[in-house]
Amino acid sequence: MPELNGTGRTVTVRVNGEPVTMPRGSMLVAALLNAGVECRVSVSGEPRTALCGMGICFECRANVDGVPQQRTCQIVCKDGMTVETQR
Amino acid sequence: MSHEFDIVVVGAGPAGLAAATAAAGMGRKVAVLDDNPHVGGQIWRAGAGKSAADRAREQAVAGLESSSAELFAGRQVVDASPGSLQAWVGAEQRLESFQFESLILATGARERFLPFPGWTLPGVFGAGGLQALVRGGYDVRGKRVVVSGTGPLLLAVAAHLKQDGAEIVAIAEQAPVSQLAGFGVTLLSRPGKILQGIRLRAELSGVPYRTGCWVVAAEGSGAVTGVRLTDGTQTWAERCDLLACGFHLVPNTELASLLGCRITETGVEVNAEQRTSVAGVYCAGEPTGVAGVDAATVQGRIAGLAAAGQSAAAASLYGKRDAEVKFGRAMSRAFALRAEVLKLAEPDTIVCRCEDVRFGDLEGNCVPRTGWTDAKLQTRCGMGPCQGRICGPALDALFGWRNASVRPPVFPIPIAALCSAPLYDSEVSIHEPQEISQ
Repeated sequence: MPELNGTGRTVTVRVNGEPVTMPRGSMLVAALLNAGVECRVSVSGEPRTALCGMGICFECRANVDGVPQQRTCQIVCKDGMTVETQR
Repeated sequence: MSHEFDIVVVGAGPAGLAAATAAAGMGRKVAVLDDNPHVGGQIWRAGAGKSAADRAREQAVAGLESSSAELFAGRQVVDASPGSLQAWVGAEQRLESFQFESLILATGARERFLPFPGWTLPGVFGAGGLQALVRGGYDVRGKRVVVSGTGPLLLAVAAHLKQDGAEIVAIAEQAPVSQLAGFGVTLLSRPGKILQGIRLRAELSGVPYRTGCWVVAAEGSGAVTGVRLTDGTQTWAERCDLLACGFHLVPNTELASLLGCRITETGVEVNAEQRTSVAGVYCAGEPTGVAGVDAATVQGRIAGLAAAGQSAAAASLYGKRDAEVKFGRAMSRAFALRAEVLKLAEPDTIVCRCEDVRFGDLEGNCVPRTGWTDAKLQTRCGMGPCQGRICGPALDALFGWRNASVRPPVFPIPIAALCSAPLYDSEVSIHEPQEISQ
């Protein structure tokens, strides 16, 4: 079972091509938030970021390693992971 | 891939962990599924943040780890019937099938959101939502945060955010102090909970906690830069970087609905053994009515024991369970919503965030919608990927509209997965609600 507190190590993911370094165990959505990148554009053109943080609202969805519509709040950051947001 | 178990538990929060551990301890073959990559549910959410440590969590997780129960994390249950369920494994983009004799639903609760002008701006989060994101590595050091809405969660969230380096500008609790006084009285009968309250209180010294106060609008272009607060007579502006808002919790009952379990105003109906109206299906924790972590834990243990055929052992816990549930329900009453917070949306305020349906589209720009189904058909309200989980409870609070039907998949999955899944049982079973034998 993963126990991720206090390892003191980091991982680096790419958010829209830019490297973002996060504490190991971080969720992908946090990398987007720390980078100041919105997750998606709503159907009427509004920028959106995560709301619920727990897999319910689907506002944090983005393309992760080529797979579209992934809830980034449910995915743990791994080295080399790539996230592309809707822009 | 198909797995066979005696008992499958859906949800690895406090109720699910207790249920799985108790049932496995009685020699049953148990699986526990959770959609998150880590166990603990929302209240004990793990992650990279500093504030995740919690002794109750550590004990519950250690209990599960030392038991024979098998954990399947990262599994989103998308369909279920008595005897089998289908789970989506997002990391591997495939469905997985589980067969079982008994099913224990420990699907937890989510935050209730109410629409107000600006609530869709980046920087506006759920209260528990922001806490979850910080635990997930979101760096809020130096951010000015307003925490607003209702419920004891606001205090816990503010305390944790402050520990994580945020500056709490204000906590705005919509319930009036007179209503909360009753809650204070309830606390006096529970010394353990008072200690918890005092610890939070110390953490929050110097932070203004305003009762009878609520956010009327979030402001900013592109992201939130401030909020407008009111106490019902005066309205004032407060500058902030983030707004954490939540209006207490709503139970996650979608899976229980799909299974045909009878649902009441408070949640999934259960008998003393936590059995639902559907044979072989148990429910524990928040889905049965929001009552908090201590109630969830003992309900989970009862469900696990009962599902393992240990009725006598389960019965020894009824007294403790009933006291915890009573406490939890009293707390929910203390934080009942005031009428004003249900009237904040303006015609152009988005209600359904998935489909950008605005309040005016529902309330009578042209033709007022008459109910949930009418709203769905005419405006696409509730038809996006969250399947009405966010706007549904809001529309229930605002208009009394209830989602009439729940159909599989209860979470969206790629159509290719549905088409290609050999294990997927396309026959949707309809279960007539039955009387629960007591």
